[in-house]
Amino acid sequence: MTSRRHVLKVAAGGLVLAGGGGFARFARAGLPAGAVDAGVLDALPGKQPLIKRSFRPPNYETPVAYLGDVLTPNDRFFVRWHLANIPTVDAAAWRLGVGGDGASGSLTLSLEQLKRDFEAAEVVAVCQCAGNRRGLSDPHVPGVEWGYGAMGNARWKGARLKDILARVGLRKEAVEIAFDGADTPLLEGTPDFVKSIPTWKALDENALVAYEMNGAPLPHWNGFPARIIVPGWTATYWMKQVVSITALTTPLKSFWVNTAYRIPKGKFASVDRFVSQESETTTPVTEMVVNSLITNLTDGQRFRAGQAVVAKGIAWDGGYGIRRVECSLDDGRTWQAADLGADLGRYSFRPWQFAFTPRVRGPLALQARASNALGASQTGELIFNAPGYHNNVFHKIGIDIT
Amino acid sequence: MKPLPWVSLVLLGLGPLAIARADESQLQLRDGPEAATVRASCSACHSVDYIGMNSPFMNRAAWEAEVRKMIKVMGAPVREEDVAPIVNYLTQHYGIE
Repeated sequence: MTSRRHVLKVAAGGLVLAGGGGFARFARAGLPAGAVDAGVLDALPGKQPLIKRSFRPPNYETPVAYLGDVLTPNDRFFVRWHLANIPTVDAAAWRLGVGGDGASGSLTLSLEQLKRDFEAAEVVAVCQCAGNRRGLSDPHVPGVEWGYGAMGNARWKGARLKDILARVGLRKEAVEIAFDGADTPLLEGTPDFVKSIPTWKALDENALVAYEMNGAPLPHWNGFPARIIVPGWTATYWMKQVVSITALTTPLKSFWVNTAYRIPKGKFASVDRFVSQESETTTPVTEMVVNSLITNLTDGQRFRAGQAVVAKGIAWDGGYGIRRVECSLDDGRTWQAADLGADLGRYSFRPWQFAFTPRVRGPLALQARASNALGASQTGELIFNAPGYHNNVFHKIGIDIT
Repeated sequence: MKPLPWVSLVLLGLGPLAIARADESQLQLRDGPEAATVRASCSACHSVDYIGMNSPFMNRAAWEAEVRKMIKVMGAPVREEDVAPIVNYLTQHYGIE
């Protein structure tokens, strides 16, 4: 029944269109009610107002409207911390220790040495929390109830991890490279936030220890003075305020790798594996899935019939490169190609736009889907998993044609 | 959690919203005899907006699993005799039966 007098549920997008009475009313059924209540706009020192998910540790989301810029400004970049003891790092006193049983030697670097002694490299890369969009999971799952904005795209500049590892002499037995940051737990019993990546990924020429973000020092909240950049992979590996890099000959034992940030094996079509941390049933979340977002339209926005509408957005993936973005105006029955914008590299947001002229009055749902160089695309229906990772359901916006 | 005295985001239209620099001290927990115990047990490590944010979709078993995880995995200083009252409170005020 599609009578306008009936409530019309648009599949999978969490969007309910309540018709009747001339205008459609739109309600996003996405986030838990408590997360909507708690999601106030609040500005951390040095930041623009962002959507506060939690005060302590600070978890702040970038509003979708800010994600229309291909490079996310530093003061609008999302903030995500696991532990509440976050020191203010003095750049002059900061030191980065490099070593481990998987290295022949060790060294300690100052920020000046990191900048001076290693060739600087740059990469534009998306930094996206593995749990981005968790709040839209159906059914809901516990965690930080993110909407769409636990991500950003920046030009990162720093020293290549492989150059730093070469300086201490990586042994062939090194299976993982582990990172620790200056942040610490408040209680002795809380596991410190320590992460590792496979050695082969650390040796990727795009993996950096970054000390610049969009041409400026990193904001405190985004990891000043230096953080790890793992292009293509979810932000859980992008250690902020990094103070140690450790080459390991045995897999890291850390709650944050062995237990958290894991997905059921075989549920997602990932290419990059983290074999040394796989178990019988689960595997660490690694590369980002193909995804896209409509950034310039909001639910309930009104347009006149016959008036041209230009939808704009971004698309990204795990670094294979976006090849196509398509939009549908008929609930996914047909899809039309959107125009792709500037290409800042395969790890970057790729801007796109789609122009159309609605002719019929009433509610109209626009959805977008991207696909990449591997032919991988997005899903119309959530691939449910208990930690709420990898949500790449087509983004859908309901507008009102009057 | 009572509606907070700040602006809630509805559709992320940023223009006309008033911006309040709010802080954790303004956070309230819903009234209940166990609220003080919950605050004392949870807020050593995190602000209590984590509770409201994760509501209302967890049943008693899910809230108990969260509390047990905080004790076992995160080292939360919660006495065993406080577990049942905390789970009761979270289920009643922030959960689904």
